[in-house]
Amino acid sequence: MAASKRLEEGARELSPLASLAARSAAAYEPMPNGHEQVDLGLPPGELLDIHRRMLLLRRLEERIGQLYAMGEIGGFCHLYIGQEAVAVGMERATRSDDPVITAYRCHAHMVVRGVAPELVIGELLGKADGVSGGKGGSMHMFDPARNFYGGHGIVGAQVPLGTGIAFALKYRKTDRVCVTYFGDGAISQGQVAEAFNMAALWKLPIVYVVENNQYGMGTAVDRASAVSDLHKRGESFGIPGQEVDGMDPVVVERAGLTALEHARSGRGPMLLEMKTYRYRGHSMSDPALYRTREEVQKVREERDPISRVADLLVNAGVVDADQLKAVDREIRAMVMEAVTAAQAMPDADPAELMTDIYSAGS
Amino acid sequence: MREISVREAIRDAMAEEMRRDESVFLMGEEVAEYEGAYKVSQGLLQEFGPERVVDTPITEAGFAGVGVGAAMMGLRPIVEFMTWNFAMQAVDQIVNSAAKTRYMSGGRVSLPVVFRGPNGAASQVAAQHSQDYGAWYAHVPGLKVVAPFDAADAKGLLTAAIRDPDPVVFLEHELLYGDTGQVPDGEHVAELGRARIVRPGRDVTLVSWSRGVSAILAAAETLADQDIEAEVIDLRTLRPLDRVTVLGSVQRTHRIVCVEEGWPSCGIGAEVIATVSAEAFDALDAPPRRVSGAEVPMPYAAHLEALALPDVETVVRVAREACYVDV
Ligand SMILES: Cc1ncc(C[n+]2csc(CCOP(=O)(O)OP(=O)(O)O)c2C)c(N)n1
Ligand SMILES: [Mg+2]
Repeated sequence: MAASKRLEEGARELSPLASLAARSAAAYEPMPNGHEQVDLGLPPGELLDIHRRMLLLRRLEERIGQLYAMGEIGGFCHLYIGQEAVAVGMERATRSDDPVITAYRCHAHMVVRGVAPELVIGELLGKADGVSGGKGGSMHMFDPARNFYGGHGIVGAQVPLGTGIAFALKYRKTDRVCVTYFGDGAISQGQVAEAFNMAALWKLPIVYVVENNQYGMGTAVDRASAVSDLHKRGESFGIPGQEVDGMDPVVVERAGLTALEHARSGRGPMLLEMKTYRYRGHSMSDPALYRTREEVQKVREERDPISRVADLLVNAGVVDADQLKAVDREIRAMVMEAVTAAQAMPDADPAELMTDIYSAGS
Repeated sequence: MREISVREAIRDAMAEEMRRDESVFLMGEEVAEYEGAYKVSQGLLQEFGPERVVDTPITEAGFAGVGVGAAMMGLRPIVEFMTWNFAMQAVDQIVNSAAKTRYMSGGRVSLPVVFRGPNGAASQVAAQHSQDYGAWYAHVPGLKVVAPFDAADAKGLLTAAIRDPDPVVFLEHELLYGDTGQVPDGEHVAELGRARIVRPGRDVTLVSWSRGVSAILAAAETLADQDIEAEVIDLRTLRPLDRVTVLGSVQRTHRIVCVEEGWPSCGIGAEVIATVSAEAFDALDAPPRRVSGAEVPMPYAAHLEALALPDVETVVRVAREACYVDV
C-alpha cells in the first residue's frame, strides 16, 4: 500500500525539463550571466550524456531511413524517431544485467544496450557480421551477452516471453528485473493480458513498458482500446500503473527507477505508460493518411525530446549552440563510420542458409 | 528391467531429470496439486515443491510463452498441455517464438524447452478433444517432434528431449498411458531422430508411431498367420524423420504401408511415401499405401468414432493388396 502511494507521488513529481517548460514568463528571471537559473535535476554531465545518446539514436535511424530509400535495406523496417527519450531514459534506470525485450521497433533498444551500431546496420544490410548473421533483419535482433532478448515480429508475443524471462530471474533467486516493451496496439493482444495475470499472480520481477506512440500502424489508440489510459490496463490484475511523459528522458528515468525498484524488491510487476510519438510512418511504406502533417509538426516543435534537452543545456549555460553543433557533427561522423564498416562486411555466406536451425551437433 | 506404465515412465523421466538438473521444472494446468489431469505428474509437487512444479492459470498462449522466455534464460522448462488440442491457443509461441528464434538470432539464442501432453484420439470426446497434431508440428523447421509408443521409449525419449538444447514437441497418447512395458533400470536415454524396427520381416514394411504401432504390430501377427512377414517400424521421432531406416527397409521388402491416426492430407504418411517414391522408386514392387484417419472432425458416437480411425483389419487388407496376394 505504502509503495503504491509513493509511486503516485512520483508520478506527480515534475522533471526539471517539464518544470522549465511550465515556468510562466513572469517567473523568468535572467541570471547575472544572462542564463536562466535552472535546477537541472541531474549533474550537467548526465544531461549531456542523455542528449548524446538520444542524438545517436536519431541520427542512426535517419541514416537507416536513407539506406532504405536507396534500396540497400529490404523488408519491413520500423524507425524509432521521436521515441528516443523512452529507450534512453529507461536504459539509464536499468542495470546492465537486467534483461530487456521488445518488439520489431528494436534498433534503438539494441544500441542503448551497448550493441555497436555497425552490427545493427550490418544486419539490415544482410551481412555475415550483422548481429543475427543476416538471418533476422530489422525485426529480429538479439544479444544475450548484453541481456537483450529481441527483436520480435509478432505483435504482443514478446510480452509472455519477457514474463518467462522474469520467471527465470525469480526461479534463480536473482535480484534482476526484466524490462518488457510493447506498443499501444500490442496491449490489446490476449497474450498480454495472460502474461499480466501470471506476473501479478507470481509476483515476478518485471517492468512492463507500453510505448504509447498514439498509433498501432494507422489505428489511433482511442479507436483500438476501450480505455485510452493504457496504464490502467493492468489494474484488474492489481498491477500498479503510471502515466509518464515519454518525451522527457529525465521523467522516464525517474519513473523507470521507481518501477524497477518496486519489481526488484519483490513486489511484482509495474506498468509504465510512456506517452510518446513516432514522427515517421509505421514502417517505410506508410503513406500516413491517418494523421495530419500539422499533428506531427506540432509534436516535433513542442515536445521533441532532443530539442528539449538541448534547450535546457543551453539555457542553463552548460553548453552553447556551437558546442551542440559540434556534438552533432561528431555523432553524424560516428554513424557514417558505422555505415562504412557495415558496408564493408562480407555478405552472409550461402552456406549459412541451413545452419542455426538446430543447435550444432544435434 | 522393471515393468511400469507409460504414465509412470513419463513421470520417472521428469523426476530423474529434475533431480539431476536444477534448471528443469514442470509447468502447466493442474500439474501440481491435482497431479496432472491424466495423473502423469504424481508425486512431483511433493518431491520438488511449488517453485519447480508450477500450476498455471488456464492460459495456454501465455504460459507457453513464459516457458519459452524462461528457456531463453537457460532454464529447461517442461511445459505440459492438458492435451495438445488446447495448444492451438499457443501455437504462435511454439512456432513463431520457440522454433524460429535460434535461426533469427543467428544461433545466439538457444531454447531448451519441451512441450508435452496427450495427442491424438481419446475415447468418445469428439472433434475438439480428439486430433492428431503430429503433422502440424513436424512441418516446422526448428522443432523436434517425438511420439513414443511404449514405456521404455516414453522414458528414454523424454529424457533425451529434456536434455536436448532445442525445442521439442513431445506427443503422448492418452490411450497408451496405462499400457505397461519393460523399462531399463536407472538412467535410460534414447536417441532422438532414430526409428526402430520393432519386428523384422521381408515381405512388406509397415510404418507408424505412437498408438499406431499397436495396430501395425497386431496386423503383422495376423499377416504372419497368412505367411506374410511384415517388417514393423516405429518412427518414434516425426522430425527429424529417420528416412534412412525407412528406405533401408523398403529396399528389403519392396512394399510399404504407412498407418496414421490423423488426417491423410499433407500428413506424415504423405511425407514418408513421397520420400520412398523419390528415393527408392526402383525398389518398389507395388504402389506405396496409406491407412489413415477419415477426413472428418472426430465424431462422438462410438461406432462412428471407430469408423473414423484406422483399424487392424484395414491395415491387414491394405498390406495384402500391396503384396498382390488377393489378385
Ligand atoms: C500478431 C500480429 N498481428 C499483426 C501484425 C502486423 N502489425 C505489425 S506492427 C502492427 C502495429 C502495432 O502497433 P503498436 O503495438 O502500437 O507498436 P508500434 O508499431 O506503434 O511501435 C501491426 C498490426 C503483427 N506483426 N503481428
Ligand atoms: Mg503504437
